[in-house]
Amino acid sequence: MMKTFSRRLGRGLAVVAAALWLSFPAQADVGQIKVATGQVFVDRKGQSLPGRVGLVLEADDVLRTGADGSVGITMRDNSLLSAGPNSILTLEHFEFDPTTSDGRFDARLRRGTLAVVSGRIAKKSPQAMTVRTPSAVLGVRGTEFVVSVDE
Amino acid sequence: MNRLARGAAVLVAALVVACAGPKETIVLLPNPAGQETAVTVTQGTRQVVLAQPYDGARLGRSGAEAFPSSAQQVQAQYGRALAAQPLPPAQFTLFFVEGKDEFTDESKRIVDSVFAEIARRPVADVIVIGHTDTVGSDTANDALSRQRADVVRAAFTARGLAADKVVTIGRGKRELAVPTADGVAEPRNRRVEIQVR
Repeated sequence: MMKTFSRRLGRGLAVVAAALWLSFPAQADVGQIKVATGQVFVDRKGQSLPGRVGLVLEADDVLRTGADGSVGITMRDNSLLSAGPNSILTLEHFEFDPTTSDGRFDARLRRGTLAVVSGRIAKKSPQAMTVRTPSAVLGVRGTEFVVSVDE
Repeated sequence: MNRLARGAAVLVAALVVACAGPKETIVLLPNPAGQETAVTVTQGTRQVVLAQPYDGARLGRSGAEAFPSSAQQVQAQYGRALAAQPLPPAQFTLFFVEGKDEFTDESKRIVDSVFAEIARRPVADVIVIGHTDTVGSDTANDALSRQRADVVRAAFTARGLAADKVVTIGRGKRELAVPTADGVAEPRNRRVEIQVR
């Protein structure tokens, strides 16, 4: 009796865990660097990694480019972000359900230039993607645009 | 006197900070797909909506100010950022023989195009999404759609694509390409979508 119950509980927990995992399959894998020229760094958890083509990105990563640098990334929802020289771009928040396209994406440009092509998250819900600058919040409605922040 | 000097210093510092505040520019670009697009720029309580291609907004101390930009201006200021834009994801569809996980002959040729697209990209990752028509139960179709996605993955890895570059998803009969009643054998719904990114 007890054994059956615990087995059933164990199976139940496994199902819950699988459901959670399936609903957010790749939170640690929010996108990937597809293009990189010159100096590119990714600051992650107090470390600075070389921003090479192929590097898998995580939420909270900060991408920095040098005076000769540029970087282009494809997010899990097919959003494309690319930054020019002397830029600082933070992937503040990214959640995406590939089955429903529900999710949330907030990026922040602290400095430099950024080109954006929004992806499935913004297409599904116009409130679900924002790009922040030091003084403003940009709401994205299925769109391509550029942003610059001069210091 | 001392207090006045200090007050003046604070005032000067405040002015310097205000003047040296970041200058920000946003420009809406044309959308190649021709869909309706817009960016809303919200600064405090003020909002500017950019809705036409090359509509621009400048943000300064005095708030947001709209201005008309142009392709040339955008190229001059954002050329490097735009040049670093990744290739947009490429989409392919393979069709299947009814009730089976076998490609149609035409689809075998599409696999070649998929590989050409993978070769164009320095670090391609591939998403494979299986679908079914509406013949059969959800359970059976979920399994069949996953099976179809797995067959595609196996075909790709057999041709040398690393398995960790391919993500497979089975969507059963939830997302029909051609809407039908339940129980309809519609060939266009028996498909696998492939995104090369």
